[in-house]
Amino acid sequence: MVFSYFPGCTLKTKAKDLDLYTRKSSEALGLTLEELPEWQCCGAVYPQPRDEIATKLSSIRSLAAARDLGRDLVTVCSACHHVIKRVNRDVQTDADMAFKANNYLQLETPYHGETRVLHYLEVLRDVVGFDRLAERVVHPLKGRKIGAYYGCLLLRPSREMEFDNPENPTILEDFIRAIGAEPVLYANRNECCGGYITLEDRPLAVKRASAVTASARAQGAECLITACPLCLYNLRENARDHLEICYFTELLAEALGVKEGGGPQ
Amino acid sequence: MQRIGVFVCWCGTNIAATVDVEAVAEALSHEPGVVYSTNYQYMCSQAGQDMIRDAIREYQLGGIVICSCSPRMHETTFRKTAERAGLNPYMVEIANIREQCSWIHKDKATGTEKAIILGRAAIAKVHLNAPLIAGESPVTKRALVIGGGIAGIQTALDIADAGFPVDIVEKKPTIGGKMAQIDKTFPTLDCAACILTPKMVDAAQNENIRILSYSEVESVKGFVGNFHVTIRRKARYVKEDVCTGCGLCTEKCPQKKVPNEFNLGLDNRRAIYIPFAQAVPKVATIDPGYCTMLKTGKCGVCAKVCTAGAIDYKQQDTFLEEEYGAIVVATGFNPIKLDRYEEYAYAQSPDVVTSLEFERLMNAAGPTGGTLLRPSDGQHPHTLVFVQCVGSRETRDCGKPYCSKICCMYTAKHAMLCREKYPDTEVYVFYIDVRTPGKNFDEFYRRAVEEYGVHYIKGMVGKVIPEGGKLKVQAADLLSNEQLHIDADMVILAAAIEPDESARSLATMLTASMDTNDFFTEAHPKLRPVESPTAGIFLSGVCQGPKDIPETVAQAGAAASKVIGLLVKDKLTCNPCVAEADELMCNGCSSCEKVCPYGAITYQDKEFRGPNRTTLLRRVAQVNPAVCQGCGACTVACPSGAMDLKGFSTSQIMAEVDAICK
Amino acid sequence: MTDTNARQLAAEVIRISGADPKKCMKCGKCTATCPAFEEMDYHPHQFVDLVDKGQVEKLMNAKGIWTCLSCFACLERCPRMVEPARLIEAVRVAVIRQQGMNHLKPQDIPELLDENLPQQAITSAFRKYAK
Repeated sequence: MVFSYFPGCTLKTKAKDLDLYTRKSSEALGLTLEELPEWQCCGAVYPQPRDEIATKLSSIRSLAAARDLGRDLVTVCSACHHVIKRVNRDVQTDADMAFKANNYLQLETPYHGETRVLHYLEVLRDVVGFDRLAERVVHPLKGRKIGAYYGCLLLRPSREMEFDNPENPTILEDFIRAIGAEPVLYANRNECCGGYITLEDRPLAVKRASAVTASARAQGAECLITACPLCLYNLRENARDHLEICYFTELLAEALGVKEGGGPQ
Repeated sequence: MQRIGVFVCWCGTNIAATVDVEAVAEALSHEPGVVYSTNYQYMCSQAGQDMIRDAIREYQLGGIVICSCSPRMHETTFRKTAERAGLNPYMVEIANIREQCSWIHKDKATGTEKAIILGRAAIAKVHLNAPLIAGESPVTKRALVIGGGIAGIQTALDIADAGFPVDIVEKKPTIGGKMAQIDKTFPTLDCAACILTPKMVDAAQNENIRILSYSEVESVKGFVGNFHVTIRRKARYVKEDVCTGCGLCTEKCPQKKVPNEFNLGLDNRRAIYIPFAQAVPKVATIDPGYCTMLKTGKCGVCAKVCTAGAIDYKQQDTFLEEEYGAIVVATGFNPIKLDRYEEYAYAQSPDVVTSLEFERLMNAAGPTGGTLLRPSDGQHPHTLVFVQCVGSRETRDCGKPYCSKICCMYTAKHAMLCREKYPDTEVYVFYIDVRTPGKNFDEFYRRAVEEYGVHYIKGMVGKVIPEGGKLKVQAADLLSNEQLHIDADMVILAAAIEPDESARSLATMLTASMDTNDFFTEAHPKLRPVESPTAGIFLSGVCQGPKDIPETVAQAGAAASKVIGLLVKDKLTCNPCVAEADELMCNGCSSCEKVCPYGAITYQDKEFRGPNRTTLLRRVAQVNPAVCQGCGACTVACPSGAMDLKGFSTSQIMAEVDAICK
Repeated sequence: MTDTNARQLAAEVIRISGADPKKCMKCGKCTATCPAFEEMDYHPHQFVDLVDKGQVEKLMNAKGIWTCLSCFACLERCPRMVEPARLIEAVRVAVIRQQGMNHLKPQDIPELLDENLPQQAITSAFRKYAK
C-alpha cells in the first residue's frame, strides 16, 4: 500500500532516528511511504486563533499535494500530526477560513479537506493491524517493561484529533504488546513534558518532564517510547530521573529485525 | 355553513403582552361563518367557560374556535364546556396562540398577525368538523410493573392494597434494586436494608402480587386498558418452586471466580448464587457464563448437593403471555461508565472507587464486612478524597448535562459516616455547588462540616496519580485560588447516574416518549408528572428523572393511584379520532397494516357490487377503532388516499393550509 | 482604559479565541488540572472569569500567558467545553500582535540552543512568542 509521507523538519535533522526507523519498519511491513515532494514545515504548533490563515497555509499545501497524488497522508512526528490534522479539519469545517486560504494559495484545484491524515501508529493499528504486526515480529522484546508516553499532541483535543480515548488511550500499549514487550500503565502518560517551555522557563520543563518519568518509574517502566522529538528531548535532557527514552519506531524496527545495518550516527 | 364562535384568551399577560387580543377577535369576526367573536382574560376559568357556554346557546353555534394555549393543556377542558352547552365536543378547535405564537415572538405586531392566521386556520378546519361519538373499550383489571427496585415495589404494593393484581417483572434474580446495595440512607442515617427488606417480603407475601424475577418484557401490544405483554422468563437452571434457598449449592460450587455484581465486582461469588441474604425470591440462579456444567457438561456438584432436587441444567427460557390494563415503568438507573474519566485513575487504581462501590465497602454485608479498608492492600485508609459531579452537569458527550441530584447528599453521608466511624481520618469533599434542597437536607450537610469536620473545598479534582502506594490528588481550591496536592488513600467518585440501558428499547415497545437523556417523558412536567403521554403507561422512580428514595417512594405511590384510578373503571372512553378506510378506494396493498404501530388494521375479503350485476370479492382494510390511537401513520402510508383520520382528515388539514397561505 | 475600550478588547479576545466564557460553571477543573499552575500568576479559571468580566488588560500583563504549555489538558477536561487554552492563547496573541511586543527575538536564540535541542522547539517557540 502506498502512502504520502510527511516527515517534517526535525526528522531531517535532530530526529533522524524517528524517520529512519519509520522507513525501515514500513518497508518490512510491505508499506510504501513516499515522501511528499517539496513539503514545507507544518509550523510546529497549531495556531489556535480563529483568524489565523497564513500560518496554516504550509499545512494546506502538503494536504493538497497528497490529495493531488490521491493518497492518504502519513505523519509520524506528534507535532506535525497535530498541526496538519487540525488544519485539515479547519478547512473541512470552517468555510470562511477555507475560502480565504484558497484565495491565498490559488491552487489549480482548490483544497477542501479531501485528504485523510493518518499517524503512522494509526496505520499500524488500522491498516496493518496489531495482530498481523505481532505475526511479523522476529525479535519479540520479551520481558521489556515499556511505558507509553503519549504526551498532549496526539490525544488532545480529542474532539478534533479522534486518535484514541484521551484519558485512557490504548494504541501505544497495544503496540507494545504487539512487539512482544509488556506495557506499563502510569498516570502521567498523557500529561505534558513541558514542550517548547524549555526555551522560556527551563525549570518548569524540568518539573514537568520529571513528573512524567517519576510516575512511569513508580509503576515499573524501564523505558519510555514516544512519537515526538520534543518530548524525547525533554524527557532525556530535562527529566531529573534518567530513564531510557526512545522513539516507538526504533523498537518497532528492532522487533521486526531491521534495526541494524545502516543505522544513524 | 356552520355558525362559528371565536373566543380569544389573554392568558393573563402570557398571550396579551405579545398579541393584541382585541385586534385578533375583531379580525376573526369577519371570517366566513363567524357569528360571534370575543376575548377574555382567562377562558379556562369558570367565568370564561360560562361565557362560552352562554354564547353557544345564545348564538346557536355549530362550532367554536378557542384561541388559547396548546391543546395539550386545555383541549379537554373546552370540549367539556361545549358538551355542557349541548354541542358535540369534537366541534371545538384550538388555535394555539401561546406556545406557538406569543411565547416565541417579541414583537406585538408580528405576534398579532400570526395569531390571526392561526385563528383563521382553525376556523377553516372547524367548518369541516363533524360530530364524533366516542366508543368504549373494556379494562383488564391487572397491572404490570417493570422493574423491582424500591420504585417498582412501592407501586406494586400500593396497587395490590387497592385490591388489584400486579405482576412485577425484574430482570435480575431478585427484587430490591439499587436500594438493596445502599448502606445507610440520608438524612436520617437509617439502614437501607432495614427499611427495604420488609417491603420486599411484603411484596412476596401479598397475594395480589406476583414477582417474575430474572424475567424481561419481550413485547408489548395493545393499548390502554388492554395491553398484551410477552414476558421472557430466563432460564435460571433452578426450579424456582422447588428451591428452598438453603444456599448449600452456593457454598459447594467449585467455580469461585465470578465477579459479584451485587458488590460491584469488589469480591467474587460462585457460578450458582443467591445475590444477597435477603433476596426475594430466595432462590439460587446458575450463571450460564461461568457454570462448568453448562459450558462443558462436566461438574454437576450443585445438583449433587441439592437435597430438594431443584437443579435443572436443561431448563430453557420460557415465555409468558399476559393481559394488563396498565403498565408502570420503574426501570431505574445505573452510574455512568468512567472510561472517559481516567484522569481520576479509576481503572489504574483499585483505591479509586465509585460512590456505589463505597456503599458496599461501608456495608456490614459487603466484601469487607463493613470495615472500611483500602481495596488495594486491605489497610485502613486515613485520607479520603470525594469528588462530586463526575460526569454530571457536563456538556461533553461523555457526560450528562443534568444534575444527578442525589450525589451531594450521599457524599455528605459518606463523609459523615467516615468521620464518625473513623475519627482518625481526614475527609475532603471537592464540590462545584452543594445542592441540598429537601427536608432536613441542608442541615445534614452542615452537620458534616460543622460537627464532623469534613473539609469541603470549592473546586474540582483535575488529576489523580497513583504513586508510591498513595493517590496523589491534584485539585483546585477556588476560594483561595490555589492548586492543592493531597496524598490520599482513597478517592471516591460521585459518578453521574443515567437511565438503565433497557429503557430505550422498552420505550420503543411501549411507544412511550423519552428525552434526549433517555429519561421517560411525563405527560405534563407539572400537572401530570407520573403519567407517560402514552395512555396507560405510568412512570415511577429514576426512569423519569434523577430522584432520591423519598421522592421515588412518593412518585411510586402517585403512579399507583393513577393506575388504580384507571383499573377501577369498567369501561374506557375511546378516542373517536381514529382512522377509517374508504373501502371503495382501498386497493388492499397492506401498506397501512405494515406501518400501524398498534396492530389496529386487519384485512377482510368483502363482496362488492360490480358492473353488470357481477359481484367482486375485494380485499380491504379494516380499522379496529378500539385499538387505533389516531397517530395517522396509515393515512400517510396509503398510496390510494383511502385512509383518513376522523377529526384530522386530509381535507381539514388542507383547509388549514389554504387558510394559512391565503 | 475606558470601560468601553475594555469591553471591546474582551469582545475581540473572545472573537479570535472562538471560545465562550459564558459557558463556564466555575468548577475550577481547568486550574485543578493545569500542569503549569505554579508558574502562572493568573490561572486558567481566572482567564475565563476575567475575559468574561471584560478585564483583559490584567491578563495581557500576566506572566501566565508565557508559561501556558498549550497542553490542552484544561480544554480537554473542561466539563462545559469552555476551552480555556483558547482564551489564554487569544490574550497572548492580543499582546504579540502589537508593535514591538514580540516576546522572543531572533537574537535571543543562539544562547538558548544546545546540541540536542530539536528544531521543533525553536519553531514552536517562535510561533508562540512572536508574530
